[in-house]
Amino acid sequence: MSTEPNTPAKGHARLERNITLMALGTLVTVAIGGLVQITPLFYLDNTIEQVEGMRPYTPLEQAGRDIYIREGCYTCHSQMIRPFRDEVERYGPYSLAAESMFDHPFQWGSKRTGPDLARVGGRYSDAWHVQHLIDPQSVVPQSIMPQYSFLAETQLKVADPAGMLTALSRVGVPYTDRDIEMAATDIVAQADPDVRPEDLTERYPKAQVRDFDGDPGRVTEMDALVAYLQMLGTLVDVNSAAAQQELAQEVGR
Amino acid sequence: MANDPHNETRVDQPTGTEFVGHEWDGIEELNTPLPRWWLWTFYATIVWAVVYVVLYPAWPLVNNATQGVLGWTSRGQLAEEISTADMARQGVRDQIAAIDIVKLPANPELMQRAVAGGAAAFKVNCVQCHGAGAAGSPGYPNLNDDDWIWGGDLEAIEFTLQHGIRWEGSAQTRFSLMPGFGEVFSDGQINALAGHVLSFTDRGQSSATGAELYDINCVACHQANGSGNRTFGAPALNDAIWLYGSSEAEVRQQIAVPNHGVMPGWKDRLDPVTIKMLAAYVHSLGGGETLPAPEVAVLEEGNGQP
Repeated sequence: MSTEPNTPAKGHARLERNITLMALGTLVTVAIGGLVQITPLFYLDNTIEQVEGMRPYTPLEQAGRDIYIREGCYTCHSQMIRPFRDEVERYGPYSLAAESMFDHPFQWGSKRTGPDLARVGGRYSDAWHVQHLIDPQSVVPQSIMPQYSFLAETQLKVADPAGMLTALSRVGVPYTDRDIEMAATDIVAQADPDVRPEDLTERYPKAQVRDFDGDPGRVTEMDALVAYLQMLGTLVDVNSAAAQQELAQEVGR
Repeated sequence: MANDPHNETRVDQPTGTEFVGHEWDGIEELNTPLPRWWLWTFYATIVWAVVYVVLYPAWPLVNNATQGVLGWTSRGQLAEEISTADMARQGVRDQIAAIDIVKLPANPELMQRAVAGGAAAFKVNCVQCHGAGAAGSPGYPNLNDDDWIWGGDLEAIEFTLQHGIRWEGSAQTRFSLMPGFGEVFSDGQINALAGHVLSFTDRGQSSATGAELYDINCVACHQANGSGNRTFGAPALNDAIWLYGSSEAEVRQQIAVPNHGVMPGWKDRLDPVTIKMLAAYVHSLGGGETLPAPEVAVLEEGNGQP
């Protein structure tokens, strides 16, 4: 090293030669960048916009969502329609931030080997989904999607439905005590025509209650996954002309 | 540098650059200035940022970010692009809306545009069942051939598109239900009947039992020679096109427990012009029939089996 006398360094030379000062300066600089980018997300009106119709997932949908994640569907399918004309014309109205508000973790994704699924709900029949998941090539010959026929043969097993909802409620999903108490019943009731759904559709508005996999005798993983797919993007009425108009005119975004 | 050991600025003779003052075993560091191009690019990015902040949304304030003097938003831009695209298409759409679909073929230029528009809509809404090339798959009719269960002229296709087949959403939907004979006939009788049905295409052995069963149970819809009847959506049995498979086992299955496919109607999801364009596209695929004598039926094709 250089043999320096005690003359004090000045200006940036001082910063460059003092590791403590350098670390402190770096910390301050990075903190400013981080605060400016992150903090406003918690209070700006349009980053926490409220939309009507959002509700937590039903236990069956949540179980289907867990299967979606378990099978790695997200590696090929995104769930976010960006506000571009090509995407909107193909997939439907662009996704709103609030539509993912109960997602833990969110499934936006950035890789589309298959199509975006943010608004796939109601687009196809249950029978189509079942046939497509069992053998995608039977309906889309050029598809490279793997086959998931075992879902139709596997009984749906959720180890602790109430625990699943409790865990989600701890991170902010507003499940009520009644929801948690009824979780195990709700899972079966939504897909099994022989079980009374009780107040399921009051607690979960727009919940679709029916046998999803064409096998009313039991509740399979196929039921759960199709129930999840059929509700994607259906909760918020984004099609209403007024809503679109309003969003298009909002500034400061 | 100020803290140069010799308290003086020394200059490296070969390069004309100052020394920093560090020295390692006789090797010294030069205080080489930043390249000019780099420095000016850096200044330019700062200027760019200032301009950007003025023009576009940038600084987060109390309730909203600054809006930028251009008032740009990604959603606003999208709305604008879509409305521009709609305007560009409006002329053609108005013309197609105004013309009766029956008269469309008489206007080749408009027909061509309708077919192009229909092809685009087909890719979004129809390929999932009918396939990218409209070749269908078992249970989902091939739209390229000239075998139509419900009729293959423009009007018939348009009607099927609007109201669907066995679709709950429309009272006018095309509806037929072939009864299942699995619990009525014995296995032997079903085999005999399947043999008779296959004999129309010379692939099976007809028998007295089979022919008699056919005469009693099937003729009303499928006709004596197996040519089918579009009024009832009864597919022709005397050709090579089979909706649910042509093997003997598949024919037996369809006699015993018939499949009843469902096609959704699109009148609530697509606008009339798009449906008209889709009809023109499907009609253009190869099997489109010329306009019928007044009666006739309707669409959807494929042909299947009993």
